[in-house]
Amino acid sequence: MRSAFTWAALAALIAVPVALAAASPWLGYRGFAYITGGFAGIFALCLLLIQPLLAAGYLPGLRGSKGRLWHRRAGIALVALTALHIAGLWVTSPPDTLDALLLRSPTPFSVWGFISLWGIAATALLVALRRKLPPRCWRWAHNALAALVVLATVLHAVQIEGAMELISKWTLCIAALAATAAALIDLRLLRR
Amino acid sequence: MLMPRRHFLVTASAAAAALSLPATARAASLAPTSSMRGGANNYRPGAPIVERLGSGFTVHGKVLRAADGRPLEGRRIQIWAATTLGGEREPRNHGSVLTRADGSFALEMEQIVPNFGQPHAHLAYDDGEFETVFLRPVMPSPRDTSVRADFVLA
Repeated sequence: MRSAFTWAALAALIAVPVALAAASPWLGYRGFAYITGGFAGIFALCLLLIQPLLAAGYLPGLRGSKGRLWHRRAGIALVALTALHIAGLWVTSPPDTLDALLLRSPTPFSVWGFISLWGIAATALLVALRRKLPPRCWRWAHNALAALVVLATVLHAVQIEGAMELISKWTLCIAALAATAAALIDLRLLRR
Repeated sequence: MLMPRRHFLVTASAAAAALSLPATARAASLAPTSSMRGGANNYRPGAPIVERLGSGFTVHGKVLRAADGRPLEGRRIQIWAATTLGGEREPRNHGSVLTRADGSFALEMEQIVPNFGQPHAHLAYDDGEFETVFLRPVMPSPRDTSVRADFVLA
């Protein structure tokens, strides 16, 4: 019963913003690359809600090693979606995308996208170096980067006027922040 | 600190004169408009002069000369934006207008929609007589049906 409720809540937190974005009238005025890039960003944001839940073993049926396996898979998907997000925007408007990547964009949310991008890239590098670092250091570095990526992505997303509907976007963002905070406190302070 | 009354009056009037003199000398001149960040993105030089690009949305403003603050007539302003017709690279979203005798210009186009996270227009003065200026005004709301951008050219 409780596990069904957890999964239903997670499904709703993700499905509602995705469905409302898919119903946005603005999509009708956009090309394939822009829509693809935009939704890659939305799905990446959804993964940032799932990742801490998997890491801390909060999802029924996906605890322990199973949860860690899916956490790794979701991490790979997050890197791929980030790449697709930038590729889609690049095809749509190279100068706007270049401005964002070079930190000279007029939009205030671009700097947070930039921080999130390099936070995700640094995390991927850290994962590749896992066996070369002491486990304690590795975990702290991974947690710090994860917190930075979630916070930066949320600040990126909430300032964008785009396909996402406002209330469902904020709900998803607050849920991702809450899940991240809960997992970090749980893993680093309570369960040590 | 006490100051003799005459000394104070002299100092005060000298200060007032110093403050007001440059202002009267510059009364007619205006600070030139600088280009905005990202203003030139997706610019296609030489947008054709058009009657209109659509209907329901107006991009308007005024063009003045920095030197004397006078309106500039017959100057070309190039305008483009993402609208319900498509993105900023869509040719049907690019057009130019000439300024009227009072320096004002207006171009009617299709509704501007948010693009790359903000609903905004692009305007350019790029005809060589004055320094090139690229503007990128942002609409406070995507439901707005007009946006204004003024040029002071030097």
